[in-house]
Amino acid sequence: MPTMRALLVRGMLVGLAAALLAYVVAWFAGEPQVAAAISIEETRAAATGEAAEPELVSRIVQETAGLLTALLVYGAALGGFFSIAYAFAHGRLGALGARATALVVASAGFVAVYVTPVLKYPPNPPAVGNSDTIGRRTALHFTMILIALLAAAVAAYAGRALSPRLGGWNATLAGIAVYAVLVGVSYAVLPRINEVPGDFPADTLWWFRVSSFGVQFVLWAAIGLLFGGLTERSLRQGARAGARAHPAATA
Amino acid sequence: MAQPAIPVSRPLPVTIPVREILPWAIFAAVVGLILVYFVGAEQGATHLISGHTVHEFVHDGRHLLGFPCH
Repeated sequence: MPTMRALLVRGMLVGLAAALLAYVVAWFAGEPQVAAAISIEETRAAATGEAAEPELVSRIVQETAGLLTALLVYGAALGGFFSIAYAFAHGRLGALGARATALVVASAGFVAVYVTPVLKYPPNPPAVGNSDTIGRRTALHFTMILIALLAAAVAAYAGRALSPRLGGWNATLAGIAVYAVLVGVSYAVLPRINEVPGDFPADTLWWFRVSSFGVQFVLWAAIGLLFGGLTERSLRQGARAGARAHPAATA
Repeated sequence: MAQPAIPVSRPLPVTIPVREILPWAIFAAVVGLILVYFVGAEQGATHLISGHTVHEFVHDGRHLLGFPCH
């Protein structure tokens, strides 16, 4: 059995490694869209005769050290959360081994923490969004994440409770249905937000959102695959060490 | 049969007791939420440190990770 300390450390380190991969996507796919959006912002400011804001952090620092730091900090946090969720799932998902368990937990995390919230409140590039409503938008965004996580917890609980009666496959489908209903109700109840200016290029908006999806996808996929592979390896090593120490028990 | 013929090549996971996970879960949640707060919300909707430097430094990451930025 792996220790909690080892799992948490592994999760946070894997999160840092995943952030480096996510940076590659952010740099090649995301940054061109951010740059395009910023030039629209500047053109608009110039047209209205607004004085340019003093640049606290230069663009080159934002694109390199700033972006990388943000991804590393976020990756370490996600990796930590992931390792805790993994610890709950380990040995509790039927006969799934370490790698499959890690992949299931990462997929569920990606859907609950990113996909579900952004389908309601999609990410926006610079030049989109009214700064007067930032408080409300941030509150709604985090509320949506919290609702999705609670719905996932309820769905997992329901799936496990139903599995003796329905069997693993149908119980999993029932759990997914519970999740879909809870999320659907919250989508219907929470207010819609659309602050995209009418003249904002649809192409830039689309590719910005696709690259945001790509950044988060790579982050979660790398965490799930790396964490699963490393945990599988350490379990095998543990089993081999155990077999050497007690040959009679496993011969 | 005293000796089951199952090789140890694919160990089945043994569950970790919930009472052992909980203290680590609380620790990871506190540390993780502080980290996510600084990337996702500091000097945006609310702030602990005055100014805009943190916001501007993580600006691109905040946008691309999907958080409302400004």
